[in-house]
Amino acid sequence: MAVLLNTILMIVVALTITGVINRTRALLSGRKGIPFLQHIRDVKVLWRKGSVYSTTTTTLFKIAPAIYLGVSIVAMLFIPVANLYPLISFEGDVICFAYTLALARLAIILAAMDTGSSFEGMGAAREALYGALIEPALMMGFATLAMFCGYTSFADIFEFEQAFDLHHTIVMLLIAYLFIQVAFIEAGRVPVDDPRTHLELTMIHEVMCLDYSGIDLAMIKIAGWLKTACFAMIAANAIATTCCFYWWFATPVAILLTALAIGIVESTQARNKLVRNITFVVTISAMATLIFFIGYLLHLNIDI
Amino acid sequence: MIYHITDNLSKAIPLADIPLVEYAALYHDLEQRLQDERYHVAHYFARLEEGQLRFYLILLDDKQHNILLSSHALDYYDEVTLPSLTALHPALHPFEREIAELFSVKFGSMPWLKPLRFSADRLNRNSTIDNYPFYHIEGESLHQVNVGPIHAGIIEPGAFRFICNGESVLHLEIALGYQHRGLEREFSNDSNRLRQTLLAENIAGDSAVSHASAFALAIEKLTDFTPSEALIIERHIAQELERMAMHIADTGALCMDVGYQLGQVACEALRTMTINTTQAWCGNRFGKGLIRPMGTNKPLNSAKIDMIRQNVAEIARRYEEVRQDIKTSPTLLARFEQCGNVGRAEMLRIGGVGMAARASNAPRDIRLSHPYGLFGKELQHESVIKRQGDVMARLMVRCREVLQSAEYIQQLLNLYSTATATQQPDYEAKLTPEALSLSLTEGWRGEICHVAITDKQGNIATYKVKDPSLHNWLALALAVRSEGISDFPICNKSFNLSYCGHDL
Repeated sequence: MAVLLNTILMIVVALTITGVINRTRALLSGRKGIPFLQHIRDVKVLWRKGSVYSTTTTTLFKIAPAIYLGVSIVAMLFIPVANLYPLISFEGDVICFAYTLALARLAIILAAMDTGSSFEGMGAAREALYGALIEPALMMGFATLAMFCGYTSFADIFEFEQAFDLHHTIVMLLIAYLFIQVAFIEAGRVPVDDPRTHLELTMIHEVMCLDYSGIDLAMIKIAGWLKTACFAMIAANAIATTCCFYWWFATPVAILLTALAIGIVESTQARNKLVRNITFVVTISAMATLIFFIGYLLHLNIDI
Repeated sequence: MIYHITDNLSKAIPLADIPLVEYAALYHDLEQRLQDERYHVAHYFARLEEGQLRFYLILLDDKQHNILLSSHALDYYDEVTLPSLTALHPALHPFEREIAELFSVKFGSMPWLKPLRFSADRLNRNSTIDNYPFYHIEGESLHQVNVGPIHAGIIEPGAFRFICNGESVLHLEIALGYQHRGLEREFSNDSNRLRQTLLAENIAGDSAVSHASAFALAIEKLTDFTPSEALIIERHIAQELERMAMHIADTGALCMDVGYQLGQVACEALRTMTINTTQAWCGNRFGKGLIRPMGTNKPLNSAKIDMIRQNVAEIARRYEEVRQDIKTSPTLLARFEQCGNVGRAEMLRIGGVGMAARASNAPRDIRLSHPYGLFGKELQHESVIKRQGDVMARLMVRCREVLQSAEYIQQLLNLYSTATATQQPDYEAKLTPEALSLSLTEGWRGEICHVAITDKQGNIATYKVKDPSLHNWLALALAVRSEGISDFPICNKSFNLSYCGHDL
């Protein structure tokens, strides 16, 4: 029962984050905005449509969206919602989660190269670069959790019995911050990428999906929501474990924290110059390393 | 004298008054003269006249506020090679390329002779847009990115070919001509003045008022009509409203391209307010139908004056807030500054005009150098000049010009008195036969030059149009050199050049 509820909540988070982002942006720009569920309606329309394929593409291009979506669903099944249990859980599943997502990235990069388009080649190069640069941050984040909590499975990491512990709170808040930053990059949001841009030359994630249409595009969009939901939920779990470790707390936190952060940043800030993105991503990796050392020092129980 | 000297306010010049000189004399004079930045060529074109090809050159002297006219000729069957002026002064490249394309005139030592716009009446039919001679560089680490000609959105067609080393652009080549409509020829094909006016309004949709004003001025110079002060003021107000609307729209577009939503939505709202003001005045948001030769169908009245006054004051107030916001926002400055640089020397060399030139500290401004209407009289114009020549400089020129235009509109409205009633337009007026009439106006993009030449019957025989885009497309190609390819869109938006204005 708990597993079923866990999966449903993850899906709810995945489906609502985009809606909240759109609503936040609309409010901040003084507009009424599109209906809350418009993004789901769009995908429903896409889902009913057939796909058009370029003659230069091969089977690889056709199966990539399925791999991308399938792998993202599997990744989602690793993530617990606070005190509930995920469907898949084993020792070391944090590593498995990270590389499951890397597989999704690989599939979509290969598909982009398969089209032979110069835009998509550029997009693939950028995605590969940022993917490689953000991986240390992800691994450092998981390493901090594993070292501090002593477990290597999401289901166990966030279980915390004590009422309040300052060290634990500090590390967990830092981890939450880190994963929100990772969510920005993984979801392709401002300041790294801009999902709304219509300019092929500046796109990163969007440009790789330019040749996709219909049901394939729907799968890619859903997979993107699921990926964002995973990182949002990890951050929410880290916060929930410090104060209120229940699913009814972690779910709204996951939605609101990520969506409001993305919505506010996208409304008030311009995108990075592309060359500055590398600095931005590496800074997050550096910050992850710093968090690891802070976690290590606090784990040694040095008085602060 | 090898030049006939006139200015932007005087009437049409009889063709007989334009000196016909030897090409060598003109060539040597221009070789010297164009080294001085006070001179630049506004137009250089050829037309067939009684079995010979006559070349007209219009040179502007910014310091003395003079226009210098000269011409030379080739017999139709002459197989002479003219030494190319482009080789000395690259600014002349579009003119020589056009002449070469239309009449197969040979220019010796022309550095890079390629088609300009594939005009429908070009002589060499084998040269088509499909076999455009793109420049290319070989190299292991280089790759080519081709954008267009079909735009993914709603913008006009144009082919852009980038040669890149990774993310950085080595070279950009822009191939245009997809929008060619044979527009200049239509002016002489159809002697109906109203239809000609409509053509002028549609030279470039975003500069409808500026081009229509240039046309109306060119026609009025061929008659003995003197526009009343009210008519002049109305045209000025319309043109400044157009300038405001386009500059505000481009501010918003730049914000959009860097993903800055607040600036984008604020500017979109203000731009709508500006074009709606024009609509409330004349019924069309782009001012089509407003400018007519020798009169107007849409005179201002006191209600409209109040409406324009209030709206413009409100727009200026709110736009100033946007400007302050952009100037103080670090993420925006990081994108706009030091991006898409075109230096002053480069800009003058390629003959850049208008606001793009002024952003590179090249003071090209017809309102100041060759004043028309009330400029230089009741309106003391001061050019907005920036030094840096980057995207930010072009944006700041736009910002300042919006506020400046808003102020001009208020001044003009104060000068306007409904007493000096404006007339209905006159589409039947006889034009001076065998004369050349030229008008220069400063559109929001820059210098617009219209030239009309009449035949013996007083019909327009040749009509030449120059949109500032003709010069400034090359500035865009230079701006993106060694920039990241992902910064091309903001460089492009900072110029916002016209495809149809170039292709005609």
